[in-house]
Amino acid sequence: MKTNLVKRIAIPILLLLAAVGFALPFIWMVSTSLKAADQLFVHPPVWIPNPVNWENYVHAVTEIAFFTQFKNSLIIATISTVGVIISCPLVGYTFARLKWKGRDTLFLITLAVMMIPFPVTMVPLFIVWSKLGLVGTFMPLIIPAFFGVPFYIFLMRQFFKQLPRDLEDAARIDGCSEFGIYLRIMLPLCQPAVLTIALFQFMASWNDFLGPLIYLNDETKYTLQLGLQQFRTAQDTAWGPLMAASVLVALPIIFLYFIVQKRFIQGITFGGVKG
Amino acid sequence: MSNLTEVTNVKAKASKKTTSMETRIRRAGILFALPWIIGLLAFYAYPLFSSMYYSLTNYNVISPSQWIGFENYITLFNDDLFWKGLKNTLAYALMQVPLAIMFGVTLAMLLNLPVFGQGFLRTVFFLPSLLPVIATTILWQWLLNPQFGLVNAFLEKIGITGPGWLGDTTWSKPSLVIMTLWVLGNSILIYLAGLQDISKDYYEAADIDGANWLQKTFHITIPLLTPVIFFNMIMGVIHALQEFTLPYALTYGTGNPAESLLFYSMYLYNNAFLYMKMGYASAMAWILFVVVMLITVVLLKSSGKWVFYQGDD
Repeated sequence: MKTNLVKRIAIPILLLLAAVGFALPFIWMVSTSLKAADQLFVHPPVWIPNPVNWENYVHAVTEIAFFTQFKNSLIIATISTVGVIISCPLVGYTFARLKWKGRDTLFLITLAVMMIPFPVTMVPLFIVWSKLGLVGTFMPLIIPAFFGVPFYIFLMRQFFKQLPRDLEDAARIDGCSEFGIYLRIMLPLCQPAVLTIALFQFMASWNDFLGPLIYLNDETKYTLQLGLQQFRTAQDTAWGPLMAASVLVALPIIFLYFIVQKRFIQGITFGGVKG
Repeated sequence: MSNLTEVTNVKAKASKKTTSMETRIRRAGILFALPWIIGLLAFYAYPLFSSMYYSLTNYNVISPSQWIGFENYITLFNDDLFWKGLKNTLAYALMQVPLAIMFGVTLAMLLNLPVFGQGFLRTVFFLPSLLPVIATTILWQWLLNPQFGLVNAFLEKIGITGPGWLGDTTWSKPSLVIMTLWVLGNSILIYLAGLQDISKDYYEAADIDGANWLQKTFHITIPLLTPVIFFNMIMGVIHALQEFTLPYALTYGTGNPAESLLFYSMYLYNNAFLYMKMGYASAMAWILFVVVMLITVVLLKSSGKWVFYQGDD
């Protein structure tokens, strides 16, 4: 009886309070982005902007090269996502389904590599790209994706491992080539997994800050993440436009999340637990 | 007799066929792995080992590198900022990782209960983790502002004078921890999946024995969740030790106030790309690598004592 009371009333209230706490900063961000300058610092704080002021959004897109940066971010995120889709399922497939000498060792190395902190590889990689004359271009942010990302390879392997053996044997007897089996039979069956890693990569690339910070030095090549930072240095106190710009940068990812919500969550949970 | 030869013939043919099939699979297997083999060598193995080499040189990209032996390491051990960065980062990780686990597990357990609007609530907790780090940084800098920030306004309402948060050396790291707890969505989801993996049988058996909610939590849920907790712990430690974007964006790379937010990776970045001391930065990178490995190994070794796997006797 007592536990029931706790479960029925106390826990939902606790959860609701926590949820409100979690949502408030978010709501505050959107609310601030719609406030006129004179409402920003009012005490007590104003939650619903009156009047709703869209001017911050105009500032957000005009005071930095917003559209150029949007385009740059989109190019980098899209092409690196394509790269990941080409490379990672292929490698995951060979780890899961094809037998060859050294496969298991290589797979173990792949898992170990996930533990190398990025700062360790950062300096030598910069030196290589700079020797190739590619610092200042999008290449260092795009090319590695075509050669595989360990976490995505691991994820794809786990998915491919679940598929029934008979499928590929039947195709082999029918004279299908190994690549044909992969491309025409196995890959289409792993569509949810491919979509998951595509989403992860797009999101990671869109939100990446350190990569562009290291490799992009020309303002016309900046991504939105660098743009936000640039915006701040230029206008340290213009909170309204800053919040508007932050909302605009986050919007594509949030939009993407709501379209593919279910898959998104499946992918995250799957990759984490079903090791 | 003829029947028997036929059978052997068929068998021989079959085995010949399987060997050629195996060769074919082997070839395809290596071919498919080729992009990653190249990627592994180019983007992981080569940088890892050349970073070791660079750490023994004096290199600024413009002029050729000079072999200086262990000088970088010796200089580092006498560099106050190196120690400050290391201490700040370890102190931050020591706070952030346990809190993130407690907070994440608690929220996931609450979100796993059959409550009205469960799906909506889960989305609310996940949404912040979709924000770009820079946006999170900007938002929280505003929320935690001592004069006009929302957090101190709330605290004032309940009669507490809020601290200076990011401007105060004691509170700057806890401020960062608060920000990271807000973007915990990913690990909450991973815990949720782990919770759903726990077999209902355990709870039924406990119910028969008359166990209460608290007993079930501490004797079934948490022990069986330990593999997931362990996974998040390892990932959390690796992540916390390389924390860069948050403190960098907050302080424009300065690590102020009073270098309390000078994180290891940030000082490494500054050495490499601001002062162009690539060799020095590489030495720092290798020390970080060793520290990460040591902590991971210790955690792995300890895991035998506290991580339980379902169906494991």
